[in-house]
Amino acid sequence: MPVCSLCLERERHVKANDPDYNEKFFYADNRIKTSKYNIFTFLPMNLFEQFQRVANAYFLVLLILQLIPEISSLSPFTTIVPLVLVLVITAIKDATDDYFRYKSDQQVNNRQSQVLIRGCLQNEKWMNIHVGDIIRLENNQFVAADILLLSSSEPYGLCYIETAELDGETNLKVRQALSITSDLGDVSKLMDFDGKVICEPPNNKLDRFTGTLYWRGNRYPLDNEKMLLRGCVLRNTEWCFGLVIFAGLQTKLMQNCGRTKFKRTNIDKLMNTLVLWIFAFLICMGAILGIGNTIWESLIDTNFQVYLPWNTIQNNVVFSGFLTFWSYVIILNTVVPISLYVSVEILRLGHSYFINWDLKMYHSRTDTAAVARTTTLNEELGQVEFIFSDKTGTLTQNIMVFSKCSINGHIYGDVYDEFSQKMEITDKTACVDFSFNPLSDTRFKFYDSSLVEAVKLEDPAVQEFFRLLALCHTVMPEEKSEGHLVYQAQSPDEGALVTAARNFGFVFRARTPETITLCEMGEAVTYQLLAILDFNNVRKRMSVIVRNPEGQVKLYCKGADTIIFERLDPSNEDLMSTTSEHLSEFAGEGLRTLALAYKDLDEDYFKVWNKKLLFASTVIENREDQLDVVYEEIEQGLKLLGATAVEDKLQEGVPQTIACLGLADIKIWVLTGDKLETAMNIGYSCNMLRDDMNEVFVISGHTLVEVQQELRTAKEHILGLSRVSAAGDVEKTDAFSDDSVFEETIIAEYALVINGHSLAHALEPQLEHILLDLACLCKSVICCRVTPMQKAQVVELVKRHKRAITLAIGDGANDVSMIKTAHIGVGISGQEGMQAVLASDYSFAQFRYLQRLLLVHGRWSYFRMCNFLCYFFYKNFAFTLVHFWYGFFCGFSAQTVYDQWFITLYNIVYTSLPVLAMGLFDQDVSDQYSLRYPSLYKPGQQNLLFNKRQFFLCTLQGLGTSFLVFFIPYGAFSDIVKEDATQFSEQQVFAVTIATSLIIVVNVQIGLDTHYWAAVNHLFIWGSVTLYFAILFTVQSNGIFFIIPKNFPFVGTARNCLSEKSVWLIILLTTVVCVVPSLVVSFLRVDLFPTLTDKERSLRRVRRTSSRRSAYAFSHQQGYGELITSGKNMRMSVVSSACSPEREPHSSSWIENVIKSKNEVSCISDESTELKQSNRLQSTQSEPDL
Amino acid sequence: MGRAKRKPGPLARRPDNSAFKQQRLPAWSPMLTANTVLPFFYFMALICMLLGVWLLLTVQGTQEIKLDYTEAGTCDKCFEKRKNVSSAAESCICKVVFLVEKPFKGDVFFYYGLQNFHQNLRRYMDSRDDGQLVGRKSNLKEPSSYCEPFAKDQNGLPIAPCGAVANSFFNDSFTLTYYGSSGDPVKVPLLRTGITWYTDKNVKYRNPQIDNLTLAQVFEGTAKPLYWKKPVYELDPLDPTNNGFINDDLIVWMREAAFPNFKKLYGVLYHDKLFTDGLPAGNYSIDISYNFPVQYFQGRKEVVLTTLTWFGGQNYFLPIAYLVTSSLILLIAVILTVAWWKFGKKGKNMEE
Repeated sequence: MPVCSLCLERERHVKANDPDYNEKFFYADNRIKTSKYNIFTFLPMNLFEQFQRVANAYFLVLLILQLIPEISSLSPFTTIVPLVLVLVITAIKDATDDYFRYKSDQQVNNRQSQVLIRGCLQNEKWMNIHVGDIIRLENNQFVAADILLLSSSEPYGLCYIETAELDGETNLKVRQALSITSDLGDVSKLMDFDGKVICEPPNNKLDRFTGTLYWRGNRYPLDNEKMLLRGCVLRNTEWCFGLVIFAGLQTKLMQNCGRTKFKRTNIDKLMNTLVLWIFAFLICMGAILGIGNTIWESLIDTNFQVYLPWNTIQNNVVFSGFLTFWSYVIILNTVVPISLYVSVEILRLGHSYFINWDLKMYHSRTDTAAVARTTTLNEELGQVEFIFSDKTGTLTQNIMVFSKCSINGHIYGDVYDEFSQKMEITDKTACVDFSFNPLSDTRFKFYDSSLVEAVKLEDPAVQEFFRLLALCHTVMPEEKSEGHLVYQAQSPDEGALVTAARNFGFVFRARTPETITLCEMGEAVTYQLLAILDFNNVRKRMSVIVRNPEGQVKLYCKGADTIIFERLDPSNEDLMSTTSEHLSEFAGEGLRTLALAYKDLDEDYFKVWNKKLLFASTVIENREDQLDVVYEEIEQGLKLLGATAVEDKLQEGVPQTIACLGLADIKIWVLTGDKLETAMNIGYSCNMLRDDMNEVFVISGHTLVEVQQELRTAKEHILGLSRVSAAGDVEKTDAFSDDSVFEETIIAEYALVINGHSLAHALEPQLEHILLDLACLCKSVICCRVTPMQKAQVVELVKRHKRAITLAIGDGANDVSMIKTAHIGVGISGQEGMQAVLASDYSFAQFRYLQRLLLVHGRWSYFRMCNFLCYFFYKNFAFTLVHFWYGFFCGFSAQTVYDQWFITLYNIVYTSLPVLAMGLFDQDVSDQYSLRYPSLYKPGQQNLLFNKRQFFLCTLQGLGTSFLVFFIPYGAFSDIVKEDATQFSEQQVFAVTIATSLIIVVNVQIGLDTHYWAAVNHLFIWGSVTLYFAILFTVQSNGIFFIIPKNFPFVGTARNCLSEKSVWLIILLTTVVCVVPSLVVSFLRVDLFPTLTDKERSLRRVRRTSSRRSAYAFSHQQGYGELITSGKNMRMSVVSSACSPEREPHSSSWIENVIKSKNEVSCISDESTELKQSNRLQSTQSEPDL
Repeated sequence: MGRAKRKPGPLARRPDNSAFKQQRLPAWSPMLTANTVLPFFYFMALICMLLGVWLLLTVQGTQEIKLDYTEAGTCDKCFEKRKNVSSAAESCICKVVFLVEKPFKGDVFFYYGLQNFHQNLRRYMDSRDDGQLVGRKSNLKEPSSYCEPFAKDQNGLPIAPCGAVANSFFNDSFTLTYYGSSGDPVKVPLLRTGITWYTDKNVKYRNPQIDNLTLAQVFEGTAKPLYWKKPVYELDPLDPTNNGFINDDLIVWMREAAFPNFKKLYGVLYHDKLFTDGLPAGNYSIDISYNFPVQYFQGRKEVVLTTLTWFGGQNYFLPIAYLVTSSLILLIAVILTVAWWKFGKKGKNMEE
């Protein structure tokens, strides 16, 4: 059994050119199948899946019940028609999805590839490739399976790949074959290759591979650098040969396509609960009517047997009651609306499309539109309370600019004027002229010419500094034409550093696995590359060991300052402290820093060490740990060279967005891997931290006790000593119940900054409560130096204890865990690859679009969904409960009030489209207004629009409507005749009258509920009413009666009934009486106790007529005078100019004003000045009322 | 979406800037403001008031006499007779006398009414075969199973019309007599046809294809319903075209009432001689052929003589309902106006 061999597979054995051997293991072949069905299995499998849904199963049970003649009160088609419709719609959707999957599978499976079979290369389809085959790839071809690179057209068995399909990164990556196999360049040699690979079993780790090649009695270690994974594209390489290790579904790509965790929204869960409640309610009603039937049968019906003899069943009145119970369950089943789930899906799909289509979330520079990757979470976007944001690439652009450096205790990069005052760098500041260097990158800008002078003077420290930058990295150069270099860097920091070195005369020109060629001040120098001690998150540094042309062996190391400082030679003490100061200065300006160091190595020492390295790198288990130990050993006693500072540019509109989301009561926590200073600075520059905050708590304790103490102190500070001491002892138990009280009383603004190592302690169970308390008391929270795991833990913590909707936004692989943990994950389709986007639920290009996603799309989605649900339950209750009332008049015999056609079509035809139109297009306020007044977002967070209370109210309204719709015609029918005196007070007329009243009442009601009457709404509402009458007259026409008299017994009723004035009087009365109460309630709510939304709506009307004010008032804002007199804004502008030169002092103070005024204010990005203008108008208008 | 991909150029993925996709469809956003809602309420109150008054005045122009004859007059002995199983089949005729104080002007309608008779029980309502009643030969010979246990008689002959509804056909008949000032009895002429809907008489009910046969021959091979005295083709001895399934009384009966208390049209006054203007005041009697037993289910039988308005008989429900609604709306409107005047204007402001 292949399946079994899969689950047991601990190690994989693959032998090249030996199909018989490989077949023994039943490895998966290269055919992929992501489609679920084929033509024959589609129907049974799809139906099976559909009936696993509770709602569908419920209706199936009902259908079966209806087939039992004794209890069938309705003909089965009343259930069959809607059920089939729902099933067919879903099946069509599933089938199309599956068909497209099948098509893409086919396309992939039929790709051609060259396979070495019996000594010659043959073209084979991908699906016919097996594990152990040797295949040949050509330039720009997709890699067909996970293969071990054997040889390539390039020297040293190098080849280049692009991994866009795997991780979205478009930069080239290099892979290198084992040198022992790299000369297997032609078919005859490959035929004889009979190496055996033993490696790890299939897994989904894209960046890891461990295995060993056994060939000719030797063992060779294999790692990820020798693997070409399926989905990569071969680039810049004419051809290569590889041995298939994993094929088909076992490739790492396919293993990564695992089913993502299905997220459910709050409303979903609530809906399921409500459906259960309704079900219980249904059972209750059925039971009441069933018991009624028992009583009625025994007291009254016994006397009626002359005219209607009992059948055998009825001799037992209790059994008759039991059957009646089921009959009523069938009749009343429409309280659980069958079309609910389908409609909700349609709505969500529609809302997702609106997100995809939104031009205001489209970034034209990168040509990226927003994408709703999941269609099930839209309305939850309107309820977000916590946003967890990554910093790099999310708040910042992830474009790195080498801006400053400290070399040997001297800072370069600042510009001074003639009075030795630091100048602000603007566009006008003169750039350094790099024309002396023909290879320089013209886009590189640097303003301090003293550094160039130092390079030209051949200052050894400066030279060594740039040499390090040019040597110690993993950048790939590409020289398209002579002198035109393009660097493919793994990280933008590295690219910035290498580019800097290039411009300062240390041009990195070419690399081979064993050499690096630089062009140092115009002359080519080749270094022998002895080892790369690569970067990882734990080491936080990377080193290279090179031998320079003079034969000296040198280790160059760059890394995080703390890490480097720990490993410095003691003699560097002084330099270290100077550099350390510089580093703090850099960090204070929001720059990303790296410390650089080098070390001369003794030849013999290196040889010994190299052996250890070789050994460690062939170990299969714990290879990485062992390598770390070996690396650690040599990276000691370093000599400090200096430090670099790279500027991380903020994305557009970030401060405004954060301010705006803050006004919507959304708490933003920044979780970043950056160091404290950098993170805090970014916090300042994006307005999360402000100088006018009462206190910024920094938690950076190293032990549990310290952290606890710091958290306590901070909390005490906020709450005042007395309250904490009172609450202190019991805080673990009732801290959360007090929360709301606490939060209300805090007027002052606080911020919390917590370090990664402190966070590790604070997240422990005994401290997490106090951390959460404190964090929620603060306006802003910044966690720095956090690991991806901790990010997820923080999200989890809030999710667990706050019962709030969380949203995580990030762009990199390190955010994936957080994105997956949060209720909603948002990926920035930026530059750090696609992993975050792939794991996310929504993706777009810029952080600032978050504002629109939440405040506009989320808010609308939530609003629409809630209104939709309220109305949906209302209309079904109004429709169904009429039968309940009728039960008391028809001897609990389960006689229906309506024509069965009406019952069949009510939910799926007569009332479905208007409510869908409302759910798709309704807008209470326009997008501009919801952006202008972020407070409009709050009802969603408080879950106000649809909750159990709302549900109760709308079912109550439905109940009331059903009562009136039944009893008003009842009253009138007791003594009604047709105008020509023919008989009228009979069941069919009654049915048509009630049905017509109901249709009119529910359509008027949705008219009242619709806030935004687009053409579609008109079409659907009027259309539904028209359609009702059209179908009514058709179903009751002569022609159709003659076809099947039995199924259309209502012939002529509509004609006779609706031609009567009295019937229309009844309908009018019913409509008025049903609608007036809800009209009164809405009026009271809107005009006497208006919510913010209503105010906005009404305001918009007022605005149209009177918007003239003096121009002076327009441009003026509240609080500005105070700022000037207090001098705060002066200081602010100084600070801001010092912090980040790009930041406009004006805009920042504008934002602060906005926040200070605590008024309803706009935070619309500068694109729309027109809006801004009107917003100012807004704030001035409301000023006098303050 | 597929179309979007095919767009050339650097902005290939740019969404369309259409009003629909950008959710900027032109729309009307109605607002419930005091300026619209309060006038609407007053207007509705006025409309309902007018309708209510109009209806009330109309109703008051009608006249109606209801006569419960279950045990009235000489009918008490018939009532007793029907109680008794042994004498149930015997015919019984009784008389009820009554006085009309004010003359009935215009068209006068004669109804019979039943109380506590459940024509709206599910099994009862279903117990009929519309295919048979529309004259399908196949259904005539093989009635639908819904008709059980009134589908076939004990000899296995199919019953026409089958089912419980037809079986319980109301079979009392009435003769109205007027004793004028002279005291001579004058039979009041009643039109006994034209009392059904046109659609029922011509569409929903039809006799089986006759060709050259008599109606009796068409119905050959079928049995009359159990409780019937005459077969369906002999229901109206006077008018041969009023027999079979298209008999007016049968059609009226077969249109099932929605509630247990109902009345059905029996006849319309024929404006002849004495009765050109309607029913004159004076003494009247009704001779009743008392056949329909109601004592089993504590039912009551009545006759109703009434004149009509355009919306029915003496129906006070609608006028009163309209008047009550009107006053309630007016009350609400006044309260809302006061409330709005006092508090509402403040709510408009943006602060709070």
